[in-house]
Amino acid sequence: MTAGTGTLVRLALRRDRVFLPVSLMCLVAFAAGSAAATVGLYPTEASRVKAADAANATPAIRALYGPVYDPTSLGAIAMLKTTAFGALLVALVSALLVVRHTRAEEESGRLELMSAGVVGRQAPLTAALTVAVVADVVIAAITTLAVVGAGLPWAGSVAFGLTWAAAGIAFAGVAAVAVQLTERSRTATGITVSVLGAAYLIRAVGDVGDGRHWLSWLSPIGWSQQIRPYAGNRWPVAVLPVLLAVVLVGVAHTLVARRDLGAGLMAARPGPASGAPGLRSPLALAWRLQRPLLAAWTAAFAVLGAVMGSIASDVGGFLDSAESRDLIVKLGGVHGLTDAFLATEFGFLAVFASAYGIQAALRLRSEETEQRAEPVLATAVSRAAWLGSHVVVALGGTALLLAVAGLSAGLTNGAQTGGLGASVRRLVPAALVQVPAVWVLVSIVVVLVGLAPRAATGAWGALLVFLLIGELGPLLHVAQVVQDVSPFAHVPRLPGGAYSSAPLLGLMATTAVLLASGFIGFRRRDVG
Amino acid sequence: MQNAIEVSGLHKAFGHTVALDGLDLTVATGEVHGFLGPNGSGKSTTIRVLLGLLRRDAGAATLLGGDPWRDATRLHRRLAYVPGDVTLWPNLSGGEVIDLLGRLRGGLDPARRTALLDRFELDPHKRGRAYSKGNRQKVALVAALASDVELLILDEPTSGLDPLMERVFRDVIAEDAATGRTVLLSSHILAEVEALCDRVSIIRAGRTVETGALADLRHLTRTSIEAELAGPPTGLEGLPGVYDVLVRGHRVTFDVDTVHLDDALKALTRLGVRTLASQPPTLEELFLRHYVENDPAGHAVPATP
Repeated sequence: MTAGTGTLVRLALRRDRVFLPVSLMCLVAFAAGSAAATVGLYPTEASRVKAADAANATPAIRALYGPVYDPTSLGAIAMLKTTAFGALLVALVSALLVVRHTRAEEESGRLELMSAGVVGRQAPLTAALTVAVVADVVIAAITTLAVVGAGLPWAGSVAFGLTWAAAGIAFAGVAAVAVQLTERSRTATGITVSVLGAAYLIRAVGDVGDGRHWLSWLSPIGWSQQIRPYAGNRWPVAVLPVLLAVVLVGVAHTLVARRDLGAGLMAARPGPASGAPGLRSPLALAWRLQRPLLAAWTAAFAVLGAVMGSIASDVGGFLDSAESRDLIVKLGGVHGLTDAFLATEFGFLAVFASAYGIQAALRLRSEETEQRAEPVLATAVSRAAWLGSHVVVALGGTALLLAVAGLSAGLTNGAQTGGLGASVRRLVPAALVQVPAVWVLVSIVVVLVGLAPRAATGAWGALLVFLLIGELGPLLHVAQVVQDVSPFAHVPRLPGGAYSSAPLLGLMATTAVLLASGFIGFRRRDVG
Repeated sequence: MQNAIEVSGLHKAFGHTVALDGLDLTVATGEVHGFLGPNGSGKSTTIRVLLGLLRRDAGAATLLGGDPWRDATRLHRRLAYVPGDVTLWPNLSGGEVIDLLGRLRGGLDPARRTALLDRFELDPHKRGRAYSKGNRQKVALVAALASDVELLILDEPTSGLDPLMERVFRDVIAEDAATGRTVLLSSHILAEVEALCDRVSIIRAGRTVETGALADLRHLTRTSIEAELAGPPTGLEGLPGVYDVLVRGHRVTFDVDTVHLDDALKALTRLGVRTLASQPPTLEELFLRHYVENDPAGHAVPATP
């Protein structure tokens, strides 16, 4: 049943010869950069305790990164930002690997070609899991070495690597089941990412609220945190995610044995015999193709916004010490804990919205490479109209996501503070102020599609770089010129901060120039 | 009457790979034109240039009196295209794709759509990912054939169809041609080209090697003769244009250049003919000769991507 696994593993490594090393380098840089930047900041135990207490007293930080479990430990403070958040990224890489080498191959029909050879029924799943687990372990091992190199103790660093590997392995298991459920790899990715997002969110709620800590134990990302690297190194906890993965992989193999090649457990329904009257323009087609993705993201943003809004109203009750105020100012907060919390969270929402925007705009590229652009462009549809259709969905979709998050944050926050209308009027614009920065990311995809189509997925790299600049730039005292490269650096911090339209107009102008270059480039180049 | 397609000296390279190397193609308005060539010879590249999807490096191309690159959108209202490798949107049904492509082209004839669905026995309810290769091709065919356009550009449209459906396809194209539609048919199925096409162009490695009416092209090939004679066949080897003479008793088989057919037959009748079977030159022979025999090295030229 698993004959040919070795060959498939080699094939997967060959296909991922860029993706794997790049992911590895980014993740190692994230951990090592964070460690190197913070190790020197807190030389004395007193300074560490002060910083850790401040962090633990700040709900925004606990929600995003989790608590500092040992205030005296240098490693626990230095790696606060990278433990749970890094585990999330490793889990994402791991899950994407599994989907890419199982359902995506099956959906494309390539697996059928392979399955006719000496390839066992279980071999593709086994090979994909092997690649994912080995990748997780290698990432964890190299990260451990890099973090030790940055000056942190061995035992804690090994435990830190373990938090990442454990999350990666657990979500390889989640993806293994998800790809059995549906015929489409996009849907499988969607299911896995939703579970991952829910896991992160559950632990965020558990980490913030007093008396809700048990919630963190329902989340695989929460388990990773509970290994508590540099703060007790609770090795046995790592058994939980691995055990989960073993169970899920067992379920996945059972499902493989029961289903047909190409089929999912959720059967596809027949479609309409004729097109709806409105299905008559490239925009209608783009909307039809992108609707499910946007609907899923909108639901996620509504939930995220609601959680943020309700957590934010607790913030006022927390200790407003000089230390925490100091830390919040360091984080960029200006007035008030609630505002600082929401402004920080909206900044993160902008990154997530950019991820959606990039994904939506990259549909242009997949439509072209999968030869579905050709029949449309062979009709009376102009190239500008075709390109514009997906761009409109990506730009409108990102704005919609942020508006929805702002609205639901305003509603939950207002419901608890008593000023519903005022809260909504304050938070919707605060979320929308992020839109111009997000649009820059969308327009980066468009300019690449127009001028360097093969490099279009490089937009993900741009997002990662901007994220790293935002996270590490201030800590590493990177030159302001470099920090200004990130569009997110120019967004006014709302609510609470001073509003200024000049940087937003600058971002809009950048977007316009990039979009125009993309459109001109696309009109002049070969298609297909 | 103006030609529907006029291409001369067309060049197109992808990096170091030369796809088209001075290709010529003329398709008269109202004719069905066969476009032949081995895999990778540049057929699809030519079609993509004609559709304005690829920009030509050099040479002239006129499509329906316009420039295929500059006037693409305007010209596309007047033509319909069936790609060789049809990929559909996985979550759109066949019926939706037919309507969408037809509307984007400027509308389709609902009665014709229904008739074609019926003739091709296509279920429009299925979603893109559920169709087989042949059925995906049928979706693209119905979308193209149900549109009221002057020109059909078909890139190996029957490569996934079963023989029954191929027959339906031939009937529909023959009916369309009778109404004056111009068709450019790229194909590997020589019987199909012989049945449908008025003229053919044969290309190899991005160049046109032969073009003309099928009847004219036949003169360039050989006829196979099998005869039983009154006496032993002698003196046939020496005749001009006669090849591969095989004698078994009083029976003889040989190939003869069509231009020398008369001389060969006279030689046979002098020997006394008991039975005679002749096989006319097929397009296949023509095709094979251009790909195998015309190559100086004596073997087929490997296809270029």
